[in-house]
Parts: sequence; structure tokens; C-alpha cells
Amino acid sequence: MIQIEGVSHHIGTAQILRDISTSLPEGRLTALIGPNGAGKSTLLRLIGRLEPLQAGRITVDEHDVARCPTGCLARVMAILGQQTAIASRLRLSELVGFGRWPHHQGRPSADDHARVAEALDAFALTPLAGRFLDEVSGGQAQRAHIAMAFAQDTPWLLLDEPLNNLDMSHARALMVRLRGLVADGGRSVAMVVHEINYAAAWADHVVAMKDGRIFATGAPAEVLTEEVLSALYDASIRVGQHHGRPLVLHHA
Amino acid sequence: MDRSGWMLAGLVALLAALSALWMLQGLGAGNRGFVLGLRAGKLAALVIVGAAVAVATVLFQTVAANRVLTPSIMGFDALYVLIQTTLVASFGTAAYAGLPAGGKFLSEVAVMTALACLLFGTLLARGGRDVPRMILTGVILGVMFRAMAGFLGRIMDPSEFAVVQSVSFASFNRVNADLLPIAAAVTALAVGLALRMAPRLDVLALGRDAAVSLGLRHQALVLAALALVSALVAVSTALVGPVAFFGLIVAGLAHALARTARHRVLLPAAALIAACLLVGGQWLFERQLGQAATLSVVVEFAGGLFFLYLLLKGRIR
Ligand SMILES: Nc1ncnc2c1ncn2[C@@H]1O[C@H](COP(=O)(O)OP(=O)(O)O)[C@@H](O)[C@H]1O
Ligand SMILES: [Mg+2]
Repeated sequence: MIQIEGVSHHIGTAQILRDISTSLPEGRLTALIGPNGAGKSTLLRLIGRLEPLQAGRITVDEHDVARCPTGCLARVMAILGQQTAIASRLRLSELVGFGRWPHHQGRPSADDHARVAEALDAFALTPLAGRFLDEVSGGQAQRAHIAMAFAQDTPWLLLDEPLNNLDMSHARALMVRLRGLVADGGRSVAMVVHEINYAAAWADHVVAMKDGRIFATGAPAEVLTEEVLSALYDASIRVGQHHGRPLVLHHA
Repeated sequence: MDRSGWMLAGLVALLAALSALWMLQGLGAGNRGFVLGLRAGKLAALVIVGAAVAVATVLFQTVAANRVLTPSIMGFDALYVLIQTTLVASFGTAAYAGLPAGGKFLSEVAVMTALACLLFGTLLARGGRDVPRMILTGVILGVMFRAMAGFLGRIMDPSEFAVVQSVSFASFNRVNADLLPIAAAVTALAVGLALRMAPRLDVLALGRDAAVSLGLRHQALVLAALALVSALVAVSTALVGPVAFFGLIVAGLAHALARTARHRVLLPAAALIAACLLVGGQWLFERQLGQAATLSVVVEFAGGLFFLYLLLKGRIR
């Protein structure tokens, strides 16, 4: 479980997060939703110790992110940020290979190579493995980054808008894979999602944020309602039903 | 052997051939021992400077996560000149010249490392993503250090200033030979440490977020790399003076030739390329063209053009 207690964050004089306390359940797929600038990325980055914690406490499976050595945290959670531009010229296979670094510190074993091959295969990247990152499309590069996080093979996977740049079929394939990791692999996933219907279709737990605060949390059926979403996005939003799950309608 | 191995072996062979040419070409009958001694000293200096500039540049570019910045562009060597000027100004030439060369150099390296880590560590700790701001900061720092050194030079007496001036301009013709042994030791140590850090540098090159996610102690590695960069810049500046754009050419060539982001390959490749360019270039200019032009000017000119090319092609990442 990820436990967040009294977390506040400011940049300069701007208050980005205000006294956030919530928890993300283990063995579930959690979707973070909310309007642009709500603080979703900031919260995810704080959990993933990409930003130093200013106030409050965050623990991931009992590991305090402010205290635990970073090398140890790298075997508990993998985080993929929103910006993923890389300066060096890497082949896709090399990039995905870095996902194994927390386990071998620069000396990959046969097992590490096998897991890299598995990750490449899982994201349909095997035919592109030898290509350079700047020679593939944005969506393919995005999949390679996700494959790297996947190869890290951690109990927790934190993804910031992983569906960016992905076409409908790859987006669905990614959600199927994440679902599989949660259902069969016993892993936990927390991801920022913009397209609410992906949260509606695949998430077990939804955390809605607005203006640096938690706006609502709960099961999709509880959070993805007309009242909550309309207030969350300051727009009137209709919600229908499809196969027993909420379906958010864009055409009002 | 894989492609990288063959490439490094080829570069070693080229350097060996150029060194032999440098040592033996046009060796007259008389005074062989003396001439060979002179040539060997200069060869050593060129190789040391090449390795120092190359490794410092590759390290810095990895830390700064882009390919247009070099330690010189960021004002590292200007900082070294300023430190030396300050020392001469505060001790006076006589006292300064009286100090043992090795100890003096090591204390300069220590001051330089501390200052550079303080200045650039804060600038780069967040990952150095904002390249235009980095370039601007570097240019401003460089101008500031040079202006301060110039100001100190003006208020010093002329004989003291002459001592300082020798490190203020690049020249491969006049090498500070007293420093060779200590410079060789510092360079060997720094390059060795850089090679030990190579796998971690590969991770660092992924950018701060990815590196932290993979469990790299980002801040510690950035500071360690900056310390090595400072020591290496101090070596090359002390031996031949500041060379602004040479590192840029060398790092660019190394990346193009090595075609890999692995520092185990990049670092030695850059060092070998730099040594080859300097030994071959100095042979050409000193022995063939009879000093009609000087290597440092040509190197800086070519490097400056390459810098403009990188900027215009928009490859500032
Ligand atoms: N470096 C920064 N300086 C000032 N404000 C920032 C900075 N980064 C983010 N913010 C602000 O913090 C808020 C939250 O940002 P973020 O967590 O990225 O939101 P989200 O991911 O929910 O869209 C936004 O209002 C944004 O403008
Ligand atoms: Mg965001």
C-alpha cells in the first residue's frame, strides 16, 4: 500500500499540493484523474522521490521514501515521468535494458537479458529492438519507456500519462497488460489518465484531484458520476453505462 | 572483438604510429639524446592534454545532458586562470615562484574542484534541462572570471602579470614542463575513476528522472563527475592554457565514431581521438608548415564553426 500523510508542496510562493492524505491500495490499478494543473504529476513525482518531500510522509509498502536508500526503492517501485526526452543516442533494446539496472548495477546476467527480451516482446517492440530512439515514432518511443519500467520488475508501477502518443489499439493493449500485471502478477499500478473512459473501463480505484487537493476517491462507480465529474472539471458532464461500467460522454 | 573493440584498437594503433612519427621524423645525427628527450616531453604533454580535455568534455556533456556545452564554454578554465591570478596576486611572484610546482598545482586543483562543485553543482543538480539558461550562465560566469582575472592583472606589477599571462592563452608550442609528472598522475587518476564510474554514467545520461527511478544516487554522481572535470580542466589549462572549442570537436567525433552511448567506449575513444589530433596536428604545424599557422588557432577556429553548426542545426539537447 502507498500511504500519503499530510503532504504539502510549494514551488516558490505557489502552493501546488495542500495537505494531501490518502492511500493507494495494493494489488489494484489506481487511476489519478483531474484537470490540468491539479497536481497529479507532482504527487506522483513525490511518491517516486523525483522531487524532495517538503512536508508530510509517504510510504510505499512500508518504505519511507524520504529515508529509504534510493537503490532499495528502485526495486520497490518504477516511475515513468511525463517528460521522457533522452539526450544520448540509444537503441530501443539498450533503453529497455536499463530497466534491469537496479538488479545488476551494470553487470547483466542471462536472466536479465531474458527479461529484457520479454519486456520488448510484451510491448510489441521486438522488431524495432535494434532501432535508435530518434528513429521511431513518438508512440513507439513511449512504449519503449513503458517497457523499461516494466522490465524493472517492481511491485509498484507509477506511470504519468502513459497513454500519451499511443493509438487506440496500443492504448488498449497497454491497459490489458497493466490489468494482467495487477490481476495475475499481483502487482500494483498507479497511473495518471486523461481520458476518463480508460479509468472507467480499467481502474479498480480512482483518485480525483483538483487545485492541489484530493477531490474524491473510491471505486470508479462512486467517483465517475455526473455530479462529481461536473464539479471536478467545472463543466456539465453526462455519464452513461456500458457493460456495467460508467461511460463518460463528451457530447453534452 | 566487437565493433567498439576494433575501433579502440584502431585508434591506439593510429596514436602509436603518430607518436613514432613525432619522435623519429627528421632526427639528425647529432645530439639525439637531447632532441629525443625534448620530443618525448612534448609528446607526453600533448597526450595528457588530449586525454584530459576529451574526458572532461564527455563527462560534462553527460552531466549537463546535452552535446553543445563544454567545460570551457561554461567557464571552467577561466575559473582556473582566475584562481591562479589570485594566488600570484596575493603571494607575489617571488613567493609564488618559490613554491614547489607540484604542491602549488595540487592546491590549485583542490580550490578549483571545491569552487566548481559549488557553482556548477547547484546549477546541474536539477538535471540541467534548461540549455539556453545553462549557456547564458556559462558565458556570463566565463566573462566574469576573465574580467576579474584581468582586473587583478591590471593592479599587479608587470613582472607578476607575466607569470599569469602564460596560462591565459592557449599554446601547444610552449608547454609547462615542470608540471608533467604531477599532471600525468592527476590525469591518470581522474581518467581511471571516470572509467570506474562508466556504467553509472550510462544511467546518468538517461536524464535525472530516469536515473533516480533506477536507483542512481544522482546528486552524488553529478558532484563526483564535476570534481573530475575540474581536476582535468586544471591539468590542461596549466599545461597549455585554455582551449575553448577543442573538447567540443573531440566529443562530437567520439560520439559519431563510437555510435554507442556506453561510456566504457566513449571515454577512451574521445581521449584517443584527442591525443591523435593533437600529436598529428602539432607535427603538421610545427614540422611541416614551419609555424606558418598555430595549431591552437586552427583548432579553435574549426571548433567554433562546429559549435555554430550544432547551434544552427538545433541539436542543442
Ligand atoms: N516548476 C514549476 N514552477 C511553478 N509552478 C509549477 C511548476 N511545475 C508545476 N507547476 C504548477 O503546479 C501545478 C501542478 O502541476 P502538475 O502536478 O504538473 O499538474 P497535473 O499533472 O495535474 O497537470 C500547476 O498549476 C503548475 O502550473
Ligand atoms: Mg501532469
